[in-house]
Amino acid sequence: MTEIERLSFDVVVIGAGGAGLRAAIEARLHGKRTAVVCKSLFGKAHTVMAEGGAAAAMGNVNPRDNWKVHFQDTMRGGKFLNHWRMAELHAKEAPDRIWELETYGALFDRTPDGKISQRNFGGHQYPRLAHVGDRTGLELIRTLQQKVVALQQEDDANPDSDGCIEVYAECTITEILLDEIGRVAGAFGYRRESGQFVLFQAPAVVLATGGIGKSYKVTSNSWEYTGDGHALALRAGASLVNMEFVQFHPTGMVWPPSVKGILVTESVRGDGGVLLNSEGRRFMFDYVPDVFRSQYAETEEEADRWYDDPDNNRRPPELLPRDEVARAINAEVKAGRGSPHGGVFLDVSTRMPAEVIRRRLPSMYHQFKELADVDITAEPMEVGPTCHYVMGGVDVDPDSTAASVPGLFAAGEVAGGMHGSNRLGGNSLSDLLVFGRRAGAAAAAYHSSVVGDLPQVPESAVAAAVETALAPFATESGENPYALQQELQQVMNDLVGIIRRADELEQALVRLAELKERAKKVSVTGGRRYNPAWHLALDLRNMLLVSECVARAALERKESRGGHTRDDYPDMDPAWRRINLVCSLRGDTVVVEHRPLPAMPVELLRLFDIEELRKYMTEEELAVLESDMTESAIGQSGVEAGAEFGAGRSGSTADGKEGTSR
Amino acid sequence: MSTMRDFRIWRGDETGGALVDYQVEVNEGEVVLDVIHRLQATQAPDLAVRWNCKAGKCGSCSAEINGKPRLMCMTRMSVFAPDETVTVTPLRTFPVIRDLVTDVSYNYEKARQIPAFAPPPDLRPGEYRMMQVDVERSQEFRKCIECFLCQNTCHVTRDHEENKRVFAGPRLFIRAAELDMHPLDTRKDRKEFAQAEQGLGYCNITKCCTEVCPEHIKITDNGIIPMKERVVDRRYDPLVWLGSKIFRRRS
Ligand SMILES: Cc1cc2nc3c(=O)[nH]c(=O)nc-3n(C[C@H](O)[C@H](O)[C@H](O)COP(=O)(O)OP(=O)(O)OC[C@H]3O[C@@H](n4cnc5c(N)ncnc54)[C@H](O)[C@@H]3O)c2cc1C
Ligand code: SF4
Ligand code: SF4
Ligand code: FES
Repeated sequence: MTEIERLSFDVVVIGAGGAGLRAAIEARLHGKRTAVVCKSLFGKAHTVMAEGGAAAAMGNVNPRDNWKVHFQDTMRGGKFLNHWRMAELHAKEAPDRIWELETYGALFDRTPDGKISQRNFGGHQYPRLAHVGDRTGLELIRTLQQKVVALQQEDDANPDSDGCIEVYAECTITEILLDEIGRVAGAFGYRRESGQFVLFQAPAVVLATGGIGKSYKVTSNSWEYTGDGHALALRAGASLVNMEFVQFHPTGMVWPPSVKGILVTESVRGDGGVLLNSEGRRFMFDYVPDVFRSQYAETEEEADRWYDDPDNNRRPPELLPRDEVARAINAEVKAGRGSPHGGVFLDVSTRMPAEVIRRRLPSMYHQFKELADVDITAEPMEVGPTCHYVMGGVDVDPDSTAASVPGLFAAGEVAGGMHGSNRLGGNSLSDLLVFGRRAGAAAAAYHSSVVGDLPQVPESAVAAAVETALAPFATESGENPYALQQELQQVMNDLVGIIRRADELEQALVRLAELKERAKKVSVTGGRRYNPAWHLALDLRNMLLVSECVARAALERKESRGGHTRDDYPDMDPAWRRINLVCSLRGDTVVVEHRPLPAMPVELLRLFDIEELRKYMTEEELAVLESDMTESAIGQSGVEAGAEFGAGRSGSTADGKEGTSR
Repeated sequence: MSTMRDFRIWRGDETGGALVDYQVEVNEGEVVLDVIHRLQATQAPDLAVRWNCKAGKCGSCSAEINGKPRLMCMTRMSVFAPDETVTVTPLRTFPVIRDLVTDVSYNYEKARQIPAFAPPPDLRPGEYRMMQVDVERSQEFRKCIECFLCQNTCHVTRDHEENKRVFAGPRLFIRAAELDMHPLDTRKDRKEFAQAEQGLGYCNITKCCTEVCPEHIKITDNGIIPMKERVVDRRYDPLVWLGSKIFRRRS
């Protein structure tokens, strides 16, 4: 029998990015014995790559900002498909989560009066992104990493305390294990370094595994993004929501080929960069959709004035939400007005002095200089869309982040609902903190509730997990995992990419089914010790499963909205706004079901102009609002009291602080 | 434009290993990590290498390329002469796990020994006011991506395993400096700690660490040298440190 290391914890967090670390810190602060498990070294999770900033309506730069405006922007950005409650919690709690990071030692860039500075970003009405140059993700992860270490030092100093926080780096979870009655009982995986198997026995598991971008050929995502958490959740019996929505960031590098897809941060545009086609035209003015018309400048002069006087001018169309900009670039290239290497031009060189560019965008300067021999202070960059973020994810309860399987929680990019059909830049980093903390608290509360009756991992489930993990060694001269991965990436890029069509999606499903069969015959050579071919062979199964969900949901949704554009259904359809597509696994097959989107309470609907809502909603939905107009306003406390039902909620929110100039 | 190039890569584990020759296709604009990936996909599927972002941001892909400590994802093939053999070996200062992957746990252990950030106890979230000029010095050190190239290069530990016990290394010196210069850190004895517990005295300011830092952090000039100053005129009482029990490990 294969040897298995057996460990036992109260809460196991899978993932050490922003969401995972924040969840683990919270669980430990609740006195739980907590483990954080991650595929890479500690402090190197994908979050480290985030550049632009974390969105939180602190109102430091423009005092008019508050959670309500942030909520509105988030809903607009997501084309009103967001789960309203997640968007609400996020907007309210984000400022506290950012301030809290300062108490852990983070050093954000400052305003002249010493507060956290905030920058403009696409879709955000006011400067809202707390940042550190263009390395905000690094600051976030390092701060949380150091907080974990600080807690470990406390634990070292008090060996008798209840809680603890242990990090298991370079350890990949391949299966969530359930007990006989379907509750989470543990997580099974292998240590990359030794190839040894490890079983974490725990009643509460938080998924914080990030996204799925490695299934695409052109992506800004790292190797970790193989959709593990999405697949683990599906196999454990939970469901995924909104999987058809994949964000293509408008500005990835396009040249040289080996760096194609690497991100060019949106701050380049937020700080004044403009998009130009081969004719030198600022083409974004031609692509402002009706729903956003009133909020964006119509002339270059007005757009340019906005940077200095945002109260009296409308914002430049370069700062439209990402889906709009990505589609516009795609259209320009298709129309033959692209740059030499199939992108468009992004220029800061004519907009700011060289020294300002080097100070405000240091890593972009560095990145282009080192990787493309381009000096962005002297010439424009070439950019094009790149797969960046998945809006879809585990279907969770907004307040507790609980999935439908008892004991399973999900936060961060792996969770779905918060961003609707399209995420605004900066809303992910704050999402990680807000829902990471909630997940940690809810997992701790759940542990307390089952502590008298802890689930046991059935040995048969462990044996099955071992067998699946070792299968690639048993197969001889089968498929090469690297070749399969490349084929998968090509299929997703070509057939389930930024613009979709029914016939192509159907073709993609056929190809994915073939790949799934071939993946069963994948074989690897060598030993179990740090063997990347074996790691990839196991990741492939997750990538294929999640890709199938994306393709199936994309075929099902017959409209265009946010990160889902259908050539054959080019318009947004209010009837489809009321529907969430939910993927689950029956046996070996992915099923997609329709589910009504939870209706936004009237108090929140009222934050919007009714004319704006008309663009998104059916008259039937708006009737509530109209009949309700005459009644006296219920006030914000009504929303709070009415919607406060979740578990694991503690501490204050930012509510009371709006309007103050903190 | 693609050409065939000669690569020599160290293959093996802690029991031993050797340089293995490969001929591999290289295309315009590629970096060393691209070539390693092509080798995995075509000739050496189990070639162990650590990487994450492929954008110089995570500090995972450190190795020695033609003897120089570098990030594989930020080393363009165009820096080598067309007929030059590219030799890639694992970081020398850390124990090998397999092929290009080393055991860097030493760095994490040393990080766990530095007393954590200590903010004023009565200050509440959101009340912090700090001026940009005051945070800038620490911000420079917080650019560190923990690639450990400086740790690998420093001669104090590079060929002296025995010094690892007493020497924390340049990465951790700038962590101490960062906290020392942090406007909100209340500990006043960071310099003394660096001298007494981190082995700052072993550093003789050769600046080799600064030279290899991919983030261009001025490790020596801005971090180490200021930490060495003033230490002379203050007394350090190790009993206070012992009393705080910060290093007592869980048994
Ligand atoms: C280049 C780039 C720039 C970005 N910039 C911004 C920005 O400016 N603002 C913003 O808000 N967002 C930004 N984003 C998006 C944001 O960074 C991510 O959405 C976010 O960091 C995801 O964090 P997370 O905590 O969910 O997961 P991650 O940080 O990705 O962490 C996932 C963790 O899960 C672990 N893991 C995965 N699978 C397993 C498994 N099977 N077993 C064990 N561990 C596993 C991984 O090892 C990792 O530790 C950017 C993204 C990219 C790619
Ligand atoms: S300057 Fe000091 S720390 Fe840096 S390499 Fe030289 S001896 Fe080591
Ligand atoms: S200081 Fe520089 S060389 Fe040292 S670990 Fe940090 S980034 Fe790497
Ligand atoms: S892979 Fe992240 S720094 Fe090289």
